[in-house]
Amino acid sequence: MLATFFASSASAELVIKVTEGNDQPTVIALSPFNLNGIKINENISDIVAADLRRSGLFRLTPQRDMLAFPSQSSGVYFRDWRLLGAEYLVVGSLSVMPDRRYELEFSLLSINSQRIQFTHKVRSPASEMRDLAHAVSDKIYQAITGIRGAFATRLAYVSVIREGDDFTYRLQVADADGARESLMLESKQPIMSPTWAPSGNELAYVSFETGRPAIFRQNLLTAERQQLTSFKGLNGAPSWSPDGTKLAIVLSKDGNPEIYTLDLNTNKLVRLTRHFAIDTEPTWMPDGKHILFTSDRGGSPQIYKLKLSDKTVKRVTFKGNYNARPNIAPDGRTVAMVHRSSDLFHIAALDLKTGRLLELTETTLDESPSLAPNGAMLMYATKYDNKGILAAVSIDAGVKYNLPAKRGDVREPAWSPYLR
Amino acid sequence: MKTRINLYASLLSLAILTGCSSAPVYDNDTTEIDNAAVKTAQVGSADVEIVPVISDLATVFYFDFDKALLNAESRGALLEHAAILKGNSRAVRLEGHADERGTREYNIALGERRAAAAKEFLVLQGVAGDRIEVISFGEERAAAFGSDDEAWRLNRRVELK
Repeated sequence: MLATFFASSASAELVIKVTEGNDQPTVIALSPFNLNGIKINENISDIVAADLRRSGLFRLTPQRDMLAFPSQSSGVYFRDWRLLGAEYLVVGSLSVMPDRRYELEFSLLSINSQRIQFTHKVRSPASEMRDLAHAVSDKIYQAITGIRGAFATRLAYVSVIREGDDFTYRLQVADADGARESLMLESKQPIMSPTWAPSGNELAYVSFETGRPAIFRQNLLTAERQQLTSFKGLNGAPSWSPDGTKLAIVLSKDGNPEIYTLDLNTNKLVRLTRHFAIDTEPTWMPDGKHILFTSDRGGSPQIYKLKLSDKTVKRVTFKGNYNARPNIAPDGRTVAMVHRSSDLFHIAALDLKTGRLLELTETTLDESPSLAPNGAMLMYATKYDNKGILAAVSIDAGVKYNLPAKRGDVREPAWSPYLR
Repeated sequence: MKTRINLYASLLSLAILTGCSSAPVYDNDTTEIDNAAVKTAQVGSADVEIVPVISDLATVFYFDFDKALLNAESRGALLEHAAILKGNSRAVRLEGHADERGTREYNIALGERRAAAAKEFLVLQGVAGDRIEVISFGEERAAAFGSDDEAWRLNRRVELK
């Protein structure tokens, strides 16, 4: 009882609420997986259904309408499913392997063409049935959309609970669906700016635990942590290079905030910017050769692109008087950012090729956009009912869902890279 | 995340080859999952002691949105602080803050710019710069809660401690 109490009080517990979906979703039927009498502590079918629903691209055929629950492609009467309006059907069945791991064999069937799209096996230990379910979702999503699925990924974020003048900051990691939240770090002093290493095994972040801001790195699996910087002034905004060898960071040790790279093997610092304005929020382009950052050198915060080879800087945003905190899609083309329009702070996406700027959100005080590794959705922080919550929006603004915490404020989501 | 990766290379071609057959067709590709749990790290204690300034003088100075300009009232109070500080050897700390609008890292830079403006003012009045510590909390340490003009006004500040 006591253990349960502590577990829930230490957690922010994200709960997903889908608020807006695609206009013409693909209709998919998930026949409940045949568990063959095996007792498992997660409902795989429900997790897959929730994943597909959350993407906003699918409508699920209600189970109560199904005439049968086939678990193998050989038992499928295509006509029945066509009458239900299903375009795809998923069937599958679970078994225990000799090494006691579980194996789910599942097939995706196209109802219209009466074809088996694929049959696939996913294996996992009994303790990792949620991972197994997300792997199933990824496979289905990719087969139908042509885009790699990002259901088997994680989120890092900061949760804050205030009791009077007392603040508790927590660095948390959860699955992309908000489940299995785990605590990485707890502090009475602010924790900020979590960012993933490309390996998905480490985070870098800013912690004020020493009384001033300092950059740390921490391994997720071992909890081993290391303080990387403790310069006078700001130590902030870490961003991991695509090859994992460097961090771009912000230091104000020489008077005002400038962008540096820190080599994680040699500890060598290289200063990249030299301007009396605020230069901050660096993020690496996927090519590893350019960095996007925020600067108010033009009089208001705007996004600039820095070429590492010669440190030349080019302005990227021109619309509006506040564009900040760039986060670039893996294709190197779409930049998500915080954009102010008519005094409200929204998340917008800029197409670097066409220059088109699309506002993605309609809430206010939106910040910290972080794209999924497949670039299809992004997570951001906003306020709802005076509480800090996380929300997600698709890159075309068509799909939206919220992940409010049951307790306290949550903010600064960082979507992990692919984890396998 | 020691899981092995199996890409979806043969997926689409197989789907096409499959035809209407209903026998299971394998894509020669199995996903193996072996994740490890996330562990929690421990934080040391901060041990930062802040001695309060004992004075009737204003110790909080307010700013406009995205600005770091000291207003007349703040300059007046800082003049008196400078006079007191020149008569003793006390070290002070200037904490810069921002309201919640805009991005967090930009706001921490803005908070530092505000605190630095107050420091520069004191230094120009003859207070030794090495007695003044500047730290910014950006929007992380609000003085007023709520998302309205009044809360924002109270949060755009520098506190002298």
